[in-house]
This record gives sequence, C-alpha cells and structure tokens, in this order.
Amino acid sequence: MKLPYFEYEAPATVAEAVELLTKHQDEASVLAGGQSLIPLLALRLARPAMVIDINGLDELSGVSVTDGRVAIGAMTRDYAAEESDAVADAVPLLAAALPFIGHEAIRSRGTIGGSLAHADPAAELPAVALALDAEFVVRSQSGDRVIPAGEWFEGYLTTARSADEILVEVRFPAAARGTGVCFQEVARRHGDFAIVGLAASLTVAGSSITDARLAFAGVSDVPVRAADAEQLLVGQAPSADLFAAAATRATADLDPPADLHGSPDYRRKVAAALVRRGLQAAADNADERQ
Amino acid sequence: MPDITVSVNGAARTGSVEARKTLADFLREDLDLTGTHVGCEHGVCGACTVIVDGRPTRSCLMLAVQAAGSEVTTIEGLAPDGTLGALQQAMWDSHSFQCGFCTPGFVMQATAFLSAHPDADEQQIREALSGNICRCTGYQSIIDGVLLAAERGRQG
Repeated sequence: MKLPYFEYEAPATVAEAVELLTKHQDEASVLAGGQSLIPLLALRLARPAMVIDINGLDELSGVSVTDGRVAIGAMTRDYAAEESDAVADAVPLLAAALPFIGHEAIRSRGTIGGSLAHADPAAELPAVALALDAEFVVRSQSGDRVIPAGEWFEGYLTTARSADEILVEVRFPAAARGTGVCFQEVARRHGDFAIVGLAASLTVAGSSITDARLAFAGVSDVPVRAADAEQLLVGQAPSADLFAAAATRATADLDPPADLHGSPDYRRKVAAALVRRGLQAAADNADERQ
Repeated sequence: MPDITVSVNGAARTGSVEARKTLADFLREDLDLTGTHVGCEHGVCGACTVIVDGRPTRSCLMLAVQAAGSEVTTIEGLAPDGTLGALQQAMWDSHSFQCGFCTPGFVMQATAFLSAHPDADEQQIREALSGNICRCTGYQSIIDGVLLAAERGRQG
C-alpha cells in the first residue's frame, strides 16, 4: 500500500536529531535505511506521527578501529560493512553474517544500526551482536550511554533505547588470534528471514578451546545466547562428540515459536543441527586462521 | 511540499513531493517513467528495482525526498535511443521473460550486478537475482539471459 501520512524532518546533525526525539518521544520513528520501517509503514504496522530521517547524518557512517575494538557508525550501510577490510579482519563473524541479510538491493540501503535498533529476533545482526558482546552507544540531550548487548534486546522489536535517544555507534571487540567463525541459517529461500540462524565463534589455542560464543536467531522474541553450551566447550579439545554434546546443551532449554515456517520441535532440531555444523565449521575456520 | 531535484537517466528532473511519496511513485506519477513497475510495495518482489548512485535499490523502500541530489537510472535509461543494451539483447535472445511485469526489476538488478561483477558465475548470478520474484518463467530463462550477457561481455 501507499505510505500513510506523516510529518517529516531530516536533521543535519545528531544534535538536531536528538532535539527532535526529545520533543516527539515515541510519536517519532527514526528512519535509517528504511528497509524495515518503510514496509511497516506500508503495511500500517507502524503509524508514527513524525519520521526523523537520519540519512543526512554523515557523522554516523564509517568503520574505525581503536584499542582492539571496531566501532561501526549506526548509519553505516550493510554493503559498506560487507566491503570493509577492517570488518573482515577484526570482526569475521559479522563479515560472515552480512551476506545473509535480505538481498543485494536491501543491503544497498539497509544499515547496521537500523537492523540492531529494529531488533527483529529472526534477523542476523542481533544474534551476531549478542554473541560478540557488542556495545551500543546511544545519545540523548543528557549525553551518551553505553549499553551492553546482553541488555540491549528487551523483547520483540524492543530495545533498551529510550524514546529520546538515538543509536549512534555499535562497538565490536576485535577477534583474538586463532578465532574461527561460522554464520549459517535455514530459510525457505536465500534472503528470507531465518527459520533458525546461528552465529558461532570459537577461539582455539594449541589443542584447546579458549573462548566459545553461540547465539541463535529465530528461536524466541529476542536473540538467544547459548551460555551453558559455551561453558561446556571452553577448555576442551574440538571434536565431533564435544560439538554434539554442545548442541544438546544449547537446545535443551529452547522454547521456539510456532509459525507457518516451522513447529517448535522442528526449530529445536534445526537449531541442534546448526550448532553441530556451525561449531565444526568454526573450528575448521580457526585452524585456517592460526 | 518539499521541492527536489534528482538526476534521472542523466537529466536533472525536479518535482514537488509529499514526504510519504516513494521514489517509485515519483518516477511513475511525476516523471511519467512507467517502466519502473510497482508490485508488492513493501520491498519483497523486486519489480521496482532501480539503480541509485551505482547501487541496486528498491524504489518502493526509498522516499522520493531521499533521492534529492542522487543519480538514478531506470529501465528507460538503458535504451535511450530505442536500441537494446547488451544485457537486454541477451535476455531477448534467451526468451528470458513472459508477461513482462518483473522484467524492469530483474534487468536493473542484473545491470547493477554485472557492472560490478563482470566475471560472475551462475551461482553468483542466482544469488544476486534471488530478491526478484517472477511468477511466469521458473527463472531458468532469466539466469540463461544474464549468463549469456556475461559471456558476451567477456568476449568483448
């Protein structure tokens, strides 16, 4: 359908955007890449009185590397992150997930910050951010606040961002040496939202796993970290048996939703298969990166 | 209503648009460039794909006001004098399309993709076109056409 009527502002600075958000609070929606918000408007699932278009905020675009952290501006387009050498080198799990987002034309406009602020639990970037303990920097008139990924995702399409705050940057820790990654998902067609997706990262030193990270997409109203399975992996030598045990542990408490794409049982089985495969692929990838 | 100037197929075009008007509707209704087709109007079908500043873009998921100052290429820009471009000719020769509704979206997506990846193989082409829906062909003839264009391009 055609978009409903809304007031429109395109601020030239982050300070102006924050001023508008302070004034309009939850009557306003922030328009980043528009690849989720515009469909929501077309389908009348969102009816903001005011749309604040932040595409003119060049200060929010770009990737920088400092002190072992990779800071990605909220308005950095998905394709730009996909083409970034800094992302490929330092945040390989993010680099692995980016090609799964929508389709090429969606990644032309879609943004890193937009996807994470929209917080669709079946999307790729929320699972990656949660797995890597990313940090979210939000700005309001009272200054900046840094929110860890573990506290960012509060519910379906709901984050810890207050109505008067704007997401300005997401910080990812740079991967340690010997870190291998795998992002994979099961979807009906390439580019569809995941029925289940998995972000997996293993750091291997010598013959032992020193760090393990697993997060699911599509199994709850938020992305889900498999902390118990991570603990089971650390200190062990990579093996098929270990990965099978981790898959059992990771999926034991999952309570995935039912929809026309799959039942809870089906999703649990898919999730377990993804853990086994994802850990093996991450271990193989770690070998290559030693 | 905001006044905008957009470069469309190499010519500066101006218009006065409501903020809620999409780029697709601006092209079709204000500029009479009805080659860009509007299918689902929420970013799923790919029929409205155009090229904005060198990147394939869903024109139903971009506001016209956001295109101000951009370079937009539509299907009309591929054959300005009525002679088919190389990709269009290859798709014609491969009987790529039937009803024609999805055609402009596929052609614009493939144009953008081949210009960035002239050596693409079949798998890459399938992935690049995976966001466009065709209800007639079963896709094989479309893939054949893009592969033929890539092959002819490599032969010069």
